[in-house]
Amino acid sequence: MIPIALQVLINLFIGFLWMFLQDDWSALSFLSGYLVGLVVLFVMRKFFSSQYYLFTVQAVINLFLLFIYQLFASSIVVIQRIIKPKLDIKPGIVAFETDLERDIEVTLLAALITLTPGSVVVEISPDNKVLYIHAMDIPELSDGVFLSKLKFEEAIRKVTGS
Amino acid sequence: MSGSNLIELISALIILTGTIFSFLSSIGYIRLPDIYNRAHALAKSSTLGVLFVLLGTFLFFLFAEGYFSIKLFLGIFFVFLTSPVSTHVICRSAYHSGVEMAEGSVQDELKQFIKG
Repeated sequence: MIPIALQVLINLFIGFLWMFLQDDWSALSFLSGYLVGLVVLFVMRKFFSSQYYLFTVQAVINLFLLFIYQLFASSIVVIQRIIKPKLDIKPGIVAFETDLERDIEVTLLAALITLTPGSVVVEISPDNKVLYIHAMDIPELSDGVFLSKLKFEEAIRKVTGS
Repeated sequence: MSGSNLIELISALIILTGTIFSFLSSIGYIRLPDIYNRAHALAKSSTLGVLFVLLGTFLFFLFAEGYFSIKLFLGIFFVFLTSPVSTHVICRSAYHSGVEMAEGSVQDELKQFIKG
């Protein structure tokens, strides 16, 4: 994550430099300098060890949209279960393996899975390999949880660039 | 009839949606059998319910009063940040202190991991 912060810092520096060269202390000239900086960084993107930071911003937005979609889809399933006159749920704990390795990635995945209704991460194995997820209705939801886990993993990988 | 009436209507509808979600999740809290299932219902109230109520309030202040309240967005952000952590910790400590899962639970793969 450090190289991405470095790119943003360079971009801010170019923005301020542009503003001082214009001799015009206004937000507008700073913004135009920032845009010039974006172009400069895009041209020089091969020289940085990390990906161009606007791609990371785009990946974060994609992850957010995916999360909102999953939030609504699984909420509807859970609400249907709750308001059924006869409660027929088959809860249980399933183990899912994950390919993500770094701490921040596993933390993000566990937080997103817990935020979507119908699945709560109960335990993570000490080597960060296996997530134990409590799902509300195993036969129907476990496939859904598995699919959403795959999508989340892919989106998280794009954000962290690994 | 003017634009501000329409805005009031829309934000009232959004806030109403949020309260309906909170209401459904409290029904779930009463009906569901054990702590793990209740955590599902409560996680929904604190994500979708709070999201809609704060979003409706935000829209109302933005269009009716012309006031861009970043505080409400910070509220949404911090609820989304803290709610999964507390849900996870409650479920984990419940499992480790031996709270039984409800009757009709179909599988428990964590048991083998802890015992084995």
